[in-house]
Amino acid sequence: MYRFLGKHTSLRAWLLLLPAALWLFVFFVAPLFIVLAYSFLERGTYGGVVWSFTLENFQRVFDPLYFNTFLRSFYIAGVTTLITLILGFPLAGYIATRPAARRGTLVLALMIPFWTNFLIRTYAWLTLLRTNTGLINVTLLSLGLIKEPLSLFGNDFAIILGLVYGWLPDMVLPIFAALDRLDPALIEAARDLYASETKVFWRVIWPLSLPGVVAGSMLVFIPSLGAFVTPAILGGGKSLMIGNIISNQFLAAHDWPFGSALSFVMMTVMLAATLIYFRVTSGKERRQL
Amino acid sequence: MSVNAARLSRRSRAAWLKKRVAQTLFSTYGIGAYLFLYLPIVVLVLFSFNDSRSTAQWAGFTTRWYVEMANDRQIILSLWNSVFVAVVSTAISTVIGTLAAMAMERYRFSGKLMMDAVLYLPIIIPDIAMAIMLLIFFNLSGIGFKPWEVLFFGVRLKVPFSVIIGHVAFNISFVAVVVRARLAQMDMTLEEAAGDLYADPWRTFWRVTFPMMLPGILGGALMAFTLSLDDFVITFFTSGAGFNTLPVRVFSMIKKGVTPKINAVSTMMLLFSLLLVGISITLSKGGDSESSIDRAV
Repeated sequence: MYRFLGKHTSLRAWLLLLPAALWLFVFFVAPLFIVLAYSFLERGTYGGVVWSFTLENFQRVFDPLYFNTFLRSFYIAGVTTLITLILGFPLAGYIATRPAARRGTLVLALMIPFWTNFLIRTYAWLTLLRTNTGLINVTLLSLGLIKEPLSLFGNDFAIILGLVYGWLPDMVLPIFAALDRLDPALIEAARDLYASETKVFWRVIWPLSLPGVVAGSMLVFIPSLGAFVTPAILGGGKSLMIGNIISNQFLAAHDWPFGSALSFVMMTVMLAATLIYFRVTSGKERRQL
Repeated sequence: MSVNAARLSRRSRAAWLKKRVAQTLFSTYGIGAYLFLYLPIVVLVLFSFNDSRSTAQWAGFTTRWYVEMANDRQIILSLWNSVFVAVVSTAISTVIGTLAAMAMERYRFSGKLMMDAVLYLPIIIPDIAMAIMLLIFFNLSGIGFKPWEVLFFGVRLKVPFSVIIGHVAFNISFVAVVVRARLAQMDMTLEEAAGDLYADPWRTFWRVTFPMMLPGILGGALMAFTLSLDDFVITFFTSGAGFNTLPVRVFSMIKKGVTPKINAVSTMMLLFSLLLVGISITLSKGGDSESSIDRAV
């Protein structure tokens, strides 16, 4: 396998990697450490920083004002992940049980929203959910089904709906991949041994689809926790998530060190989640996804 | 016929009925799920043709929002900006990402694990974190948000270097992942065969390895192009003042208020995405067929 590589394989590998390594170390790793450094500095008057060490930024992260937003973001990301799982699993099962010819089309139909701009998909919901001028309320009011417009917008409901809509394909695709690999003979064997349908699901299908479930949950949870566009558009300026608080530190409050501390805490949480994911799934299963 | 047999057949009919009901429910659910995914997009497109400022009450068919869009110089300029950033960042990241993928998939070397982490992190980290990292970096390093003044298809553009640098930074990883996947499923025996037939490594690479990699490289490039066109958050934070790509423009339009003009712009972007999906399907079909290997050997 390694017959054409010559003797200095390590050197050759690094030559190939050099452009990527340079670009990523300068424009990704270095900025990462700068953010870490900034989070220990004091804020300057007009957006800059004062180069003196402080832990105050991290203390402020635990100020109830911000910490509650953190907790709410966790809650929203968690509920989003749970709902996409509950909606996505049967959908993946539906696709996996269709005839082979239709399966390709159905997967493609799932990929199209995936390739479509997230901002536009969020905007589509804005036109549906708005309180007085949204399609849903206007239609329901004109049909006389409701007397007062429903509050579908500017709250956690709207954000969760937008996130579920945006990330559902990311949950379905890995679960479908896992179900697609599942050997139908195993299910038949379980049935032949008089297992009930419930038992077939929980003892055969669920454990074998678990790698897909874990991957899908990661793919939904992480971007939901760091969401910025969805709460900015569907939260109506009232319902905020941690991503909005971070961006406010840079765009409005000019408190860069505090914004750095907030995003550093957020990244640490996500990294922890990713590491748990790598622990749970074996290397082989990850490669297949 | 005993009583038992009659009871059994009744029970099996009940079981059959139960199964039918379950399957019908399952299919209904599947169709419902797809409706959930597509209805908002259909409504969005529909109201781009609405002859009223409303996006909720139908008032007849018009194409005036498309005319307004075409006459909006800001929108057209931001469209050019988007295309330019996507083209340049895709070109750079495809080359860099492909080289990195070859190193990661074909070699064992010290520091590989670290490089793996560095390549995966930009995919894992949420947009907003990467955006503020880059914002601080460009500010502190003195690179700033200086524009690159270019003539692109006869249009004068001022594109900040920082935006292109940022796009390349997140695209390298995605290209590397796609190309690596292609490399992993390639049949190495063909390269060995070329070597056995006394092709030197250089010739083997260009006549065998590269043609087989090509679908992966094109797939990675297409992914980079799409991600770059679609990116809002990182562009928004790395552009400094006064530079808009189409998503950034759309975001500020949304913030000002909902109008069918935004629906028209969205529909245009949707069509463009569909076009890219079409190209990517054609590509992946080409990759699966034997033709690329036939040509190579």
